Amino acid sequence: MLKKALSTVVIIISFAGPAWAELDITITQGAGKRTPIAVVPFGWTGTTADMPLDIAEVIGNDLSRSGRFAPIGEDDMLQKPTDGTDVDFDDWSILGVEAVIIGRVTQTGENAYSVQFQLFDVFGRDQLVGYRMPASRGTMRRVAHRAADMIYEKLTGIKGVFDTKVAYVTAQPRGNGRLYSLIVSDQDGENEFKIMESTDPIMSPAWSPDSRRLAYVSFEGNKSSIFVQTLRTGSRIQVSSKAGINGAPAFSPDGRKLVVTLGGVDGNLDIHVLDINSRQSQRLTTHRAIDTEGSWSPDGRYIYFTSDRSGGPQIYRVAADGGTPERITFEGSYNARPRLSPDGAKLAMVHNDRGNYRIAVLDLERKDLLVLSVGNQDESPSFAPNSDTLIYATRQGRNGVLETVSADGLIRQRLASGGGDVREPVWSPFQRF
Amino acid sequence: MSQHKLIVASLLAALLIGCSSSRSIPDPEPTDSAVESSGGGSATDAYGSDTMGGGEPIDYDPTAGELANIFYFDFDSAELRPEDTDIVARHAMQLAGNSNLRVRLEGHADERGSREYNIGLGERRSQTVRRMLLIQGAATSQISTVSFGEERPAAMGDSEDDYAQNRRVEIKYTN
Repeated sequence: MLKKALSTVVIIISFAGPAWAELDITITQGAGKRTPIAVVPFGWTGTTADMPLDIAEVIGNDLSRSGRFAPIGEDDMLQKPTDGTDVDFDDWSILGVEAVIIGRVTQTGENAYSVQFQLFDVFGRDQLVGYRMPASRGTMRRVAHRAADMIYEKLTGIKGVFDTKVAYVTAQPRGNGRLYSLIVSDQDGENEFKIMESTDPIMSPAWSPDSRRLAYVSFEGNKSSIFVQTLRTGSRIQVSSKAGINGAPAFSPDGRKLVVTLGGVDGNLDIHVLDINSRQSQRLTTHRAIDTEGSWSPDGRYIYFTSDRSGGPQIYRVAADGGTPERITFEGSYNARPRLSPDGAKLAMVHNDRGNYRIAVLDLERKDLLVLSVGNQDESPSFAPNSDTLIYATRQGRNGVLETVSADGLIRQRLASGGGDVREPVWSPFQRF
Repeated sequence: MSQHKLIVASLLAALLIGCSSSRSIPDPEPTDSAVESSGGGSATDAYGSDTMGGGEPIDYDPTAGELANIFYFDFDSAELRPEDTDIVARHAMQLAGNSNLRVRLEGHADERGSREYNIGLGERRSQTVRRMLLIQGAATSQISTVSFGEERPAAMGDSEDDYAQNRRVEIKYTN
C-alpha cells in the first residue's frame, strides 16, 4: 500500500468571531490558490436601522474558512449592488474577482423576513444561482449558511456543510475533579448549546441519522451507561446499563438500532446490536479479545469495529446480521476507531504513524492509506456529511482542541476553544430545513 | 502465600468484621506489621543446634500497615507486577473473611490512542485483579468493575512518568 506524503502550503488567517463564540477558527493550512470572490453587503428594508444579522458577513466567513476562497475587502469594491440588474461585470473583472455574491433582506412581518441572494460568474457574465428564502430572527443564521452551501456547491461541485452541526465533549477543572459537558454547536462554533453536564466522565457522542438525537456514554454513579437524548426536548432514555462496560454507541442508518460495546461481568468486550425500542440485543462478536468502536457502513450491511484479536488493535468488519469477521487494515501496528465516509468510499481511523497517533483515511477501493493529521495524539475522526472534510481532536499543550481537514489533506482548520479540554467531535448529518 | 501471611490476613479480616468504615481504604492494623516483621527468619529453636538458617534482611516500611489499593501496569500490559500479587492476595483475604465487604475495581489506561479502545485496556487490567481476587476466595457478588479508560488520569502531564501513573487499577471499598 502507498502512503502519500503531504506537501503543504501553510497559510495562517485568524478570524475574530463574536465574543460569545467558544470556538475560534483558524485556517492553519489552505489550498495553494484561493479563488478571489466578492460578497457584497446585503441591502436591507425593514423597521429597524440594521438587519438582524449581517448575512453577507456569515456567507463570506463560511466561504473564506473553506480554504478555497478569498473574499475581497469591502473597501476595495468599486460598486455595491443589491440587485442583479445593477451588477457591472467590468468593475469586478478589473479587480480580478471571479464570482460576485449580492443579496437583500426584506422585513415582511414583525418576526418575518425574506432573504434573497444571487451568485454571478464574472467571466461568463451570468447568474449561476439565485434564491429567495423566508426567515425569522431565529432561523436567519441557518438561512445564511444555507445560502453559503448553495454557493459553495455551485462553485466547487461539492455539497456545502456550513448548515450543519458538531457535537463534542469538554472537560473543565472543577474542585478536585472535572466538569464534563456535552455540547452541540454550529459547525463554525457559533450557537453553543449544552446538552448535558456531569462531574463523571461523558464519552462517545453519536448523532442519529435525522440529527434529532444524540447517543452517548455517561459514567454517572461510577458505572457506564448508554443514553439516547432528544435534543429539542432534552429528554433522555437509558438504553443500556448492564454489568461491566456499556460503551461506544453508533446509530444504524435507519436510526432504529445502536451498535454498542458490552463487556459483561467478565469484561470480554464484544460488539452487540441493540434495538432502541425493544431493547433486544444481538451479539455479533464472541472473541475474547477487545472488540469495540463499532460503526455501521452507510448501506447498513456491515459493522466496522476495532479488535486486538491479532495482538494490537486493527479494524475488522462483520455483516450487520452476524457472520465471520474480516480484517480490513494491515498497514501499521495500531489502527482503531473506524468511521466510514457517508458515501461509503473511505474509512477514517486512528493510526499509529511511527509513534504518533494520527488520523488516517483508507480508500476502500484503491486500498491506499493517507495520513491526514500531523499531531502526536490525534483521535476521534468524524466525517462531514459531504464526505469531503473530517473533524478530529488534537492537542494544543495539555488541552484537546478540534481540527478539520479536507479528505485530501490539503486544507486544515483549527477550532481553538475558549478554555478547557475539548474532545470527541462528531459531525452531524445534513440538517433538515 | 506463606503461612504467616494467611494468619495476618485472617487476623486482619477478623478485625475488620463489624467495622462500619465508609472509607475506601480499610483501617490499617498495627498487628499487621508486627507479625510481618517476625516472619523473616528460618532458624530452628533447638538450643545449641549447630546449624543456623541464613536469615534474610527485613526492610522497614512505615506504610506496611496500610494495604495499598492502587496497582500500576506496564505499557500495553494487563499483567499484575510481581510485587503487587501479595497485596492483591491480602485484599482477597479481607473479602473472603467478610462477605459484607464490596469492592469496585476501577481500571485506567494512559491517554495514548483511541478512547473507547482504552476503555477496553482499563477493563482488561480490572479483570486481572478481579480474577486474582476470585481465585483467592472473594465472591463474584463482592466485586464490580468499571473502566474509565483515559478519562480520569491521575497525572495530567504527558511524560512517560505521567503515563505510568495513569495505567492503573484502583480498588475501592464501597461499603
